[in-house]
Amino acid sequence: MKSKPLALKILDAVAVILLLVAAYLAIFVAPTERVMGDVQRVFYFHVGTAWVALIGFVFTACLSVIYLVTRNLKWDRIQVAAVEVSVVFFLITIILGSIWARPAWNTWWTWDPRLTTAAITELIYIAYFMLRQGIDDPDRRARFGAVYALIGGLSAPITFFAIRLFRTIHPVVIAGTNAEAEGTFSMTADMRSAFFFALFAFTVIFIDLFWNRIRLGETQDIVEQLKLKVTM
Amino acid sequence: MITVKKLVKRFGLKAVLRGVDFDVQPGEFVALLGPNGAGKTTFLRILASLSRPSLGEVSIAGYKLPGEAAQVRARLGVVSHLPLLYGDLTAEENLRFYARMYGILDYETRITEVLDMVGLAPRRRDLVRTYSRGMQQRLAIGRAVLHDPDVMLFDEPYTGLDQDASSMLDDVLKTVAAQGRTVVMTSHDLARAEELATRFDILSRGVIAASATSRQLKRSNLLTFYKQALAG
Amino acid sequence: MTIKTSITNRVSKTAERSQSSGNFFRAVFAVFWKDVQAEYRSRELFSAMLVFSLLIIIIFNFALELDIKTRQSVTAGVLWATFAFAGTLGLNRSMAIEKDRGCLDGLLLAPVDRSAIYFGKVLSNLAFMLIVEAIVLPIYSVLYNVNLFQSGLLFVILLGSIGYTAVGTLLATMSIQTRTRDILLPILLFPVVIPVLLAAVKASGGFLEGESFSDLSSSINLLIGYDIIFIATSFMVFDSIVEE
Repeated sequence: MKSKPLALKILDAVAVILLLVAAYLAIFVAPTERVMGDVQRVFYFHVGTAWVALIGFVFTACLSVIYLVTRNLKWDRIQVAAVEVSVVFFLITIILGSIWARPAWNTWWTWDPRLTTAAITELIYIAYFMLRQGIDDPDRRARFGAVYALIGGLSAPITFFAIRLFRTIHPVVIAGTNAEAEGTFSMTADMRSAFFFALFAFTVIFIDLFWNRIRLGETQDIVEQLKLKVTM
Repeated sequence: MITVKKLVKRFGLKAVLRGVDFDVQPGEFVALLGPNGAGKTTFLRILASLSRPSLGEVSIAGYKLPGEAAQVRARLGVVSHLPLLYGDLTAEENLRFYARMYGILDYETRITEVLDMVGLAPRRRDLVRTYSRGMQQRLAIGRAVLHDPDVMLFDEPYTGLDQDASSMLDDVLKTVAAQGRTVVMTSHDLARAEELATRFDILSRGVIAASATSRQLKRSNLLTFYKQALAG
Repeated sequence: MTIKTSITNRVSKTAERSQSSGNFFRAVFAVFWKDVQAEYRSRELFSAMLVFSLLIIIIFNFALELDIKTRQSVTAGVLWATFAFAGTLGLNRSMAIEKDRGCLDGLLLAPVDRSAIYFGKVLSNLAFMLIVEAIVLPIYSVLYNVNLFQSGLLFVILLGSIGYTAVGTLLATMSIQTRTRDILLPILLFPVVIPVLLAAVKASGGFLEGESFSDLSSSINLLIGYDIIFIATSFMVFDSIVEE
């Protein structure tokens, strides 16, 4: 069994450092927002985690197609990693969104397009795992998972645009394009740099977690093989 | 008629068939014997095009599986231990359905012929739900010969049949074989197999352990042959 | 009782098969007709869906304790919630019949494109759903004194049902092959069918309040778009979920 490659170990360290720096920037360096006060700082993390979840989402949909075409189980393992990372990050995004919403708009939950679609996508991913759990044959498990992830991957964006047919109170952050959106704010240069740094940090975190999870999947497979050898 | 080379079938990491070589000439009646878990059903399902081989080559009536599966299916009749019949339809409605699925042109005539052959003509308008197990099995064979297949596969057809039903099934099988079809039948019942088959292949631990024609077995007993094959 | 053994030669003439491409449509129709026939005999699926729908409407009546005014605005929602829940019953049962007696194998053994099975099943599932809806609508109209027979509404119900059964049939085919079977279908289906419910409720409600086709064009377009996308996708992937 290979030990952790050096690149990954370095990435682990880099990811942690970036996270701490991003946190520092968000909490201490970025200026306080005029209207909402300090709670707005949650925004840097919220968008960061949403960003990660979204990358995971796009990856998942693409991986579905790749697996169904190549039928190579390695892509299935990678898809599971992508879905797992996505599931966790959608959850964090939703929780952070809630934390931000309460003081800012006096409600724990807003039924706006982004948050609602995030919740629905989360449920699709949970359904994905429940589907896989009920199947013993690895090949069938991979196929069914890929098909469902594909259906979900097509449905979620449609859901987002469908909900958008109604009004939103989700803050349109960069220069209000939607005049009806309440609670918008525009960003100063300092805020912008903290924001983009957070996005960058979270992208690195995504790659790190994703890679680690794939390695975990590979190790699991090796264990299964060894188990079989022992019982035979 | 049937050519199988180095067939391997894996479910995940577990190999059920490990390199099966199997050659059947037109008109042969092969009894495929073996202990439980040897892979007989898996093997038959692959021949029936219901399952894909992991490795190796399979061709039936000159057509390769899985690539030319549709052509194979047109020439294949399958009877398993499940009846594959719709309980809420009558016998003739069941046959009509399958006749349409197989694209048979003059199906009313053919249906009557087949019902006569399996001795179910007087009960053609009865719901299959009301049939005994033996009758369902006979109707299942009728369904399987409807499109006049060159090759027939029987997976444990005697399961759950009493003495009377079994001897009726014997007659039908003999008729089917006499019509010049190539037959592969799996069975646990050595005595029956000995009566009907022209050749005996033993599947053990995922490979064909032994093969002998009925002529070769004249002196020795099938049971002895079977036990020897399993031990070796 | 003797079995006739008079046929010693292969009777290839009567068993002659057609080689045309019409086989696909013949197979789709055969699957559809088989389901309709079987259901006509037993009426299991249909009666279960119908009774369940009526019970849901009654539950909503007590759960939502509405005055006449508010009731008008939730009619669309209550109807679609009812259809969505009752629909899973029909979908589950329809695919379970194939699985239980090994009939799915029988379908897979036929020398036709697997998608013919998909389309046949979608058509029969759709037919059952539409029949149930056709009975629920007048009953709801009577219970709540509201006229539900407007062409716009009926059109929306048709479009929505198509989208629902297109995805539902695909997912039901998967769920009956798992260990958890029936319970899994709603969990798989509801999150991905939300766009249909959204658009259908919006459009249904709109039509009931007298809005015109052009007012509701975005919802209707969404429904049509969804139907097309998911019928096409399901048709393409159906093969990979029935093979082994």
